Amino acid sequence: MELFDLYRKDHWPHVFCPGCGNGTIMNCFFRAFNDVGWKLENTVFVSGIGCSSRIPLYINSDAIHTTHGRAIAFATGLKLSRPELDVVVFTGDGDLGAIGGNHFINGCRRNVDLDVICINNNIYGMTGGQASITTPHDYMSTTTPQGNKEYPFDLAEIAVAAGANYVARWTTRHVHELTKSMRTSLTKKGFNFVEVVSQCPTNFGRRNKMPDPSALLDWFKESSIRRDKVRAAAIDHVDLNLAGQVTVGEFVSRDRECYHERKGGGSHGDGH
Amino acid sequence: MSIKPGEYFLQGNEACVEASMLAGAKFFAGYPITPSTEIAEGLAAKLPQAGGEFLQMEDEIACISAVIGASWGGAKAMTATSGPGFSLMQEAIGYAAMTETPVVVVNVMRGGPSTGQPTRASQGDIMATKYGSHGDYQVIAFAPANVQEMFDLTVKAFNYAEKYRVPTFVLSDAEIGHMRGLLTVPKEVKIVNRKEKGVRRSDEAYDVPDDLVPPFPTFGKGHKAMVTGITHSGKAAIEPEDPRIHQELVRRLNEKITKNRRDINKWEVIEPDSKTMIVSYGSASFGGREVAAKDDRIGLLRLKTIWPLPVEPIAEAAASCDQMLVCEMNLGQLYWEIKRVVLEAGCSRVEFLSKVGGEPPTPGEVRHKLREMGAI
Repeated sequence: MELFDLYRKDHWPHVFCPGCGNGTIMNCFFRAFNDVGWKLENTVFVSGIGCSSRIPLYINSDAIHTTHGRAIAFATGLKLSRPELDVVVFTGDGDLGAIGGNHFINGCRRNVDLDVICINNNIYGMTGGQASITTPHDYMSTTTPQGNKEYPFDLAEIAVAAGANYVARWTTRHVHELTKSMRTSLTKKGFNFVEVVSQCPTNFGRRNKMPDPSALLDWFKESSIRRDKVRAAAIDHVDLNLAGQVTVGEFVSRDRECYHERKGGGSHGDGH
Repeated sequence: MSIKPGEYFLQGNEACVEASMLAGAKFFAGYPITPSTEIAEGLAAKLPQAGGEFLQMEDEIACISAVIGASWGGAKAMTATSGPGFSLMQEAIGYAAMTETPVVVVNVMRGGPSTGQPTRASQGDIMATKYGSHGDYQVIAFAPANVQEMFDLTVKAFNYAEKYRVPTFVLSDAEIGHMRGLLTVPKEVKIVNRKEKGVRRSDEAYDVPDDLVPPFPTFGKGHKAMVTGITHSGKAAIEPEDPRIHQELVRRLNEKITKNRRDINKWEVIEPDSKTMIVSYGSASFGGREVAAKDDRIGLLRLKTIWPLPVEPIAEAAASCDQMLVCEMNLGQLYWEIKRVVLEAGCSRVEFLSKVGGEPPTPGEVRHKLREMGAI
């Protein structure tokens, strides 16, 4: 299938700003999707609210654009009612890690067969640039005009700790690695989590001396460091950690039995 | 695995479980909360045996979200909860209304606000059911008053949710949910399934005009359905800023229920030509029912449908009596809605017997109020 055929073209023009990372991520995802031989007819895309959550509406397949933060919960119900369908969740840092944090960690724990792609642009883009749970310490946003007093979440490390079957993080500068991890995520069963640190020139870069999208991509390149080479630095479990680094790579690849594969059991009870 | 026709002695919540299985429920997501938990426990045991899925989620927001997701997969899906959980579900209930998703929510009401009285009955969630989420929308809500109705109205809740593609509620309470009583399961129970897009059927259940309830594009059948809570047009295109499209959508979502009120409304009348009519529903009607059964001067209009409000039977009862008494287990919720209809119908005296604290009004309390009104 031509990559272009994966787009739902009748809904163009799209809402993404010039220089947004969403296009790159869609491109990487479509390549991975094609490579593993998934079919649009058999796939449902689920999202919450935010810029990244608009992506399913531009894919030529069944899509459900849900309430803020709850995409994983909606996807869990859908997958369990129709296990034969492939379900992919597109979400963002605010949607997944702030308002939807509880569903995120419990999704990792529950291990239903879902592929969750989180586009982390370190900011609330759609509402105009407010600090998110991944805005780095001291960085500027409309709600942190003196710099962010808080410290950011490390979403990928949370996913590892919460029990996700597969966890990887890359930036929009790592298109080949990202595509490869997306392929792995799609082929693995269970709850698979791919975080992509992405640029928001309009609402993050502009307020942090990086208004040019390429400046943000350069920043990603300079600050990203492979997780397997930086175990010592992982003590700062924050996205852009205190050493100014983004740890990238494949964080974990497990093979836990997924929720709906399990049949019978209950060996710890007396049969009631 | 559904319950066989016959007579049973069951708890209200157990009757709800049996009714859900019979109605074809295939998905339940819940979170433990008194006094509704027996419904989750019952379905945890029964659903997997019937090829369904039971899921315990991390909170009630996740429950209703999973239920909506399952419904888009094509499953008849439900949850059961009580006050605090019901409050958490409100945003997603509005989403289900906006996206026209058939879901059933059983709310076994308890005393609020907040944690309130977890083990006591209340009718405090009547307005929250209709107005709890933001924006203008309609829902369907039934109020059972005994174990039999917990069964009958749960089946109806599924049927109407499917027929009108709308969130539908069973407003039970701790009294009905935990009451044990006789259940008669009839030989034939009418079951309605949603009208699916691309599936031709000559089913008399779909007597609602097509332009009000569009066929349901189940996921995974090649419809390329685009479901969104953003204002959308008939072609499902996102149109958040077009005033005409928003108006058309919101009016249709409301009219598909209000215009079909006569189909949805269920009620019972005892002694219809009495000089004083009591209007009540659910466990608040216990006292009034006993009084009306023994006293010719007193009649009872018991609403089984709460939303949309059964305007016609209320107006009819009001037109033929001297005065009315509304009986509720809250500080006045449906009272004001009923009073508006009664005044318009020409009956000028509408009194209110309110009881909160967890116990339904006793026949003695109802008689005391009626004596004050000069009715007996």
